Amino acid sequence: MAGAPLIQLDDVTKVYRAGEVEVRALAGVSLVVDAGEFVAVMGASGSGKSTLMHLIGCLDRPTSGRYLLEGREVSGLNRNALAEVRNRTMGFVFQSFNLLARTSALENVELPLIYAGVPAAERRRRAAKALRQVGLGDRLEHHPSQMSGGQQQRVAIARALVGAPRLLLADEPTGNLDSRTSGEVMALLRGLSEAGLTIVLVTHAPDIASWTSRVLQLKDGLVTSDERVARVPSGVPAHAGAFETAP
Amino acid sequence: MSPWAVLRLAFRALGRNTMRSFLTALGIIIGVGAFIAMVVIGEGAKARVEEAFSSMGTNLLIVLPGSSSQRGVFGGFGSLPTLTWDDLKAIQTEVPSVRHAAPQLRSTASIVSEEQNWTTSVTGVTPEYFEIRNWPVASGIPLTASDVDGATKVVLLGRTVVDRLYGPGADPVGQTVRIKSMPFQVIGVTARKGQSPNGQDYDDAVFIPVSTYRSKIQGGLGNFIAGSIFVGASSPEATARAEREVRSLLRERHHLAPEVDDDFQVRNLTEIATAQQEGTRTLTTLLASIAAVSLVVGGIGIMNIMLVSVTERTREIGVRMAVGAKPRHILAQFLAEALSLSVMGGVTGALLGLLTASRLAARFGWPMLVRPGIIVLALAFSGLVGVVFGLYPAQRASRLDPIEALRYE
Repeated sequence: MAGAPLIQLDDVTKVYRAGEVEVRALAGVSLVVDAGEFVAVMGASGSGKSTLMHLIGCLDRPTSGRYLLEGREVSGLNRNALAEVRNRTMGFVFQSFNLLARTSALENVELPLIYAGVPAAERRRRAAKALRQVGLGDRLEHHPSQMSGGQQQRVAIARALVGAPRLLLADEPTGNLDSRTSGEVMALLRGLSEAGLTIVLVTHAPDIASWTSRVLQLKDGLVTSDERVARVPSGVPAHAGAFETAP
Repeated sequence: MSPWAVLRLAFRALGRNTMRSFLTALGIIIGVGAFIAMVVIGEGAKARVEEAFSSMGTNLLIVLPGSSSQRGVFGGFGSLPTLTWDDLKAIQTEVPSVRHAAPQLRSTASIVSEEQNWTTSVTGVTPEYFEIRNWPVASGIPLTASDVDGATKVVLLGRTVVDRLYGPGADPVGQTVRIKSMPFQVIGVTARKGQSPNGQDYDDAVFIPVSTYRSKIQGGLGNFIAGSIFVGASSPEATARAEREVRSLLRERHHLAPEVDDDFQVRNLTEIATAQQEGTRTLTTLLASIAAVSLVVGGIGIMNIMLVSVTERTREIGVRMAVGAKPRHILAQFLAEALSLSVMGGVTGALLGLLTASRLAARFGWPMLVRPGIIVLALAFSGLVGVVFGLYPAQRASRLDPIEALRYE
């Protein structure tokens, strides 16, 4: 829907029941993220940042409130419809990479396309392209165990990109990496952002958040601050074509 | 996802744990193998029994004379001649369900050809005997009524006797053999008949007219038949009726009071054959049921391993769900693995079962009868086992919460 923001949360709550105790993981969050933004979600553990991430990623449904994704209400969808939304609109990057073991980089990257029903030849072509895009064009047949942490995370990023998503969700993507590799991964994400991809990143590290253009602070299930960082958009025109946003 | 893609995925997953997959499938392999081997061997044994009995003759009753009893010692059936030639004639003419009746008198004698000699069973019969036993001549001419009327010295040789006296494949029609020093002209050779149910060679015998037998070979019981009567009923259905009618006719002719036991015995070979087949069938069913139970146990093994596999791959399931796998995709993936295990086990088991059956059949000299239906049944059953026991683990996998699954350590 033209004009609608990519993500719009209206007073979203999430309540878990842990036995007798009710845990309010999100106590009423309203948020708008426009296409092309690079957002960092920060907060202590238990602040609700992971829950917010899961809701935005359509891995979970809010207890109350509305979630509009590209103007479309998704908070009431069933599991099948949510899977389809994730497949078409999202890319996920996790702290622990979550690559399939004993499976080549190429096949790992192909995974989302399998569920999108893309034919095999086309799958391979697009997966190889995504791997080249993250600088792993020469590692197509390597298995995760044959790659470094940074390389594995780049395979995971390629997997997140291969379906040409509108939104990339990264949950502590550098949590298992040393600082030099972290920098490489963040530079890669930054490049993607500058090419027009919307990214929401969860982190607790301020230096990681400093790569982004907007920082949200969460505490006890509420947004306590929302700062936009003015950044010189270095070389945006030059990178604009580097990332393909439409399938 | 296409079924083909799902299947490829399943094979890859199974291939990562070859040893485990093999051990899991082993239960199905043994179950299906045992099932097929049992059924095929059972069918072979049944066919062997059938063949043996049909080689004796069709719709056949054998009437044996009664047993002698002297001071409480019973001599067994046949030890006391109680059947008369008039009894034979009465059976032939008075019982409508009987098509033919023929005497069989038998003793052992030496047969001498120009070069060889062979001791065998010399049998005195009538032309009807061959009708009842469904036993044609392979070469030459059969016995005729005029041979019996004229008590001619002609002989039909069994195939085994021909082999012994003249060598395999020889045609001795027209030659002369000596039985008890008397020359007999060979007029024909009977067709090969094979073995009786207890392994006796039917072809190791020669046949002469019953009149000639009584006058030249073994005379002497006057009105009594020193042998048995072979009775052919008019149809397989009439065999039981013929048995009853022959029995009541003979009791009447022998003036037996109702409380007195028969002084003869009527053996109904169809009945014996049926009973034997029934026994074989029961045994086959029993063994096949045991094999089927082991197939179910194999299915439980599959379920066990699939549950382990789902737990081990919880994270993989989470990742697949995160990138867009629907519950049915996960269900299909694990169901396909269970099904591949059971069907591959089924195919391997079927081959193994057939191999075992053919080895055993060759060893016991049974025919090997494979009904395709049995193989289809076994494979379908193993597939069913895969679906039934794979469904629960697959459902469990498909119902995982993606967030929980991704967090699973």
